[in-house]
Amino acid sequence: MANVLVVAEFSEGKLKKTTHSAITFAQTVAKGTSGAFSILILGAGAKAAAQELAGFGAAKVFVADDTNLAHYVCERYAPTVVATAKKGFDVAVTAASAYGKDLMPRVAAALDAGYANDISLVKAEGGKITYKRPMFAGNAYGWCEITTPVQVVSVRQSEFTAAQPSGGSSPIEPVSIAPPGGGADRVEFVSFDQVKSERPELTEASVVVSGGRALKERFKEVLDPLADALGAAVGASRAACDAGYAPSDLQVGQTGKVVAPKLYFAIGISGAIQHLAGMKGSKVIVAVNKDAEAPIFQVADYGLVADLFQAIPQLVKEIRRVKAL
Amino acid sequence: MKILVPVKRVADPDNANKIKIPPGGAKIDTAGLEWKPNPFDEYAVEAALRLTENAATPKQRGGEAIVVTFGPADTTSTLRAALATGADRAVRVDAQDDALDGSLVARALKTLVEREKPDLVLMGKQAVDGDSNQVGQMLAELLGWPMATFAATIKEEDGALLVGREVDGGVLTLRVKLPAVVTVDLRIVAPTSVYSKQTAPTFKYNDGVRFAALPAIMSAKKKPLVELKLSDLAADSGLRIRYPSYESPPARKAGIKVKDVAELIDKLVNEAKVL
Repeated sequence: MANVLVVAEFSEGKLKKTTHSAITFAQTVAKGTSGAFSILILGAGAKAAAQELAGFGAAKVFVADDTNLAHYVCERYAPTVVATAKKGFDVAVTAASAYGKDLMPRVAAALDAGYANDISLVKAEGGKITYKRPMFAGNAYGWCEITTPVQVVSVRQSEFTAAQPSGGSSPIEPVSIAPPGGGADRVEFVSFDQVKSERPELTEASVVVSGGRALKERFKEVLDPLADALGAAVGASRAACDAGYAPSDLQVGQTGKVVAPKLYFAIGISGAIQHLAGMKGSKVIVAVNKDAEAPIFQVADYGLVADLFQAIPQLVKEIRRVKAL
Repeated sequence: MKILVPVKRVADPDNANKIKIPPGGAKIDTAGLEWKPNPFDEYAVEAALRLTENAATPKQRGGEAIVVTFGPADTTSTLRAALATGADRAVRVDAQDDALDGSLVARALKTLVEREKPDLVLMGKQAVDGDSNQVGQMLAELLGWPMATFAATIKEEDGALLVGREVDGGVLTLRVKLPAVVTVDLRIVAPTSVYSKQTAPTFKYNDGVRFAALPAIMSAKKKPLVELKLSDLAADSGLRIRYPSYESPPARKAGIKVKDVAELIDKLVNEAKVL
């Protein structure tokens, strides 16, 4: 029997969708081990969002709503996660977002627990839990076990479908925050410069349009109409981000965002191993590239060898026509 | 400033698709792949060098950059390469790769930090073999130090660092007082990413990491390199994670080439049915 603690992601006043992937993981483990799961949400103003979490079948929803948690700072959040995990939980989980990847290893160290990140699949049979996780930029998968009494993990949002509310009403239990951890008095939140976008979030979009260095300074001019026509999120290769053609939080790849949309367009992207690691799980991949030998064509379902400055405007026109039918 | 930079060598990440998993899945076989420094660790070394110099006079180093690795004897060459680019001295902790996990490395580093007393531990956010992304965070917790992960920019202030972190949806800036742990992301080696207090804020570095000149490669052989046993640093060498088996990812078949936009649209509408 394993009891799972989901650590919700609550940022800038909003419950993040990443939380629902972690809930799916928790439901799977709880079911497979005849255990249960609870959810912890932390942050100033989290109380209002806690209600949104009451319909997923959790035994409890713990809320740490405190003005000391106005902005996410690991050293201030981790102690409360640790204290809650110690209330009889065997597994603590978040999604492998920047938040989860920052927070959970620190939580694991405080619990002297093993930490496995970016879990893509979990098997929970006969009381034993094994995790599958990508390594070597997704060129291998390891099946691993955590040997400590408490196990700490983060899960890939692209591999765990967001949980849907199932009804019911979990009791909401306020918890007071634990004293700040080591180093908390020596770290100060300065600012969060948010990239504003009207488009869907990269990791949640069902269509993603990504561009590479070949787009040069015309990145937005060429890709935005295509993304608009498809209602898609925009992504980029590392090369395009490094060259300054696209903001870095759009980077798709081994160390950027990992996406698995229904439809992925790679426009002017050669297909380096590090990029493939972030999009190989997409259902249908379309590549447009001038270079017929580009490695991206080895994973693309449909490849078009063409000058993208001509092909993409044409493609936009055709998509608009088809969508209007 | 005294900076400790943990580094790791990894199987050539640009050929990671050539790794093999023998039948049975007991291990990952990287035979035939060259060892390379983990890219994020190279960036950490570069950032450490930038923080211990005035960029206008890089030959007069201020402060100290110490590189440390965990690995068998042949990892010495990884350390020598870092020394050649400008690091001052090196520590090799003798260990086999498969006898390590993130938690054990963090525990051993904690002991080393207590001995060396650096102002800053600066390291890559993850090694691109295991992709585990955890040692820096764990080390910060074990030391009771503040941390700033996924750093894209670092600006030195009096006794503190202003760190711009790449997070989902933007850049989160933290101020951490030293001593601290900082893990670096890709953009840390951009021309205007890292400034020591000595370097003029108008200075622009070359993009990327610096290369070692031949004389520096020769003189790096004379820089101090000490060897320690893992048991000197960690009494408990138990692993918190075990990997009983590995498997290859499902192969993705190459699809077809379409001749023009019209055919692409036709395939997306009628074959893949995604439009």
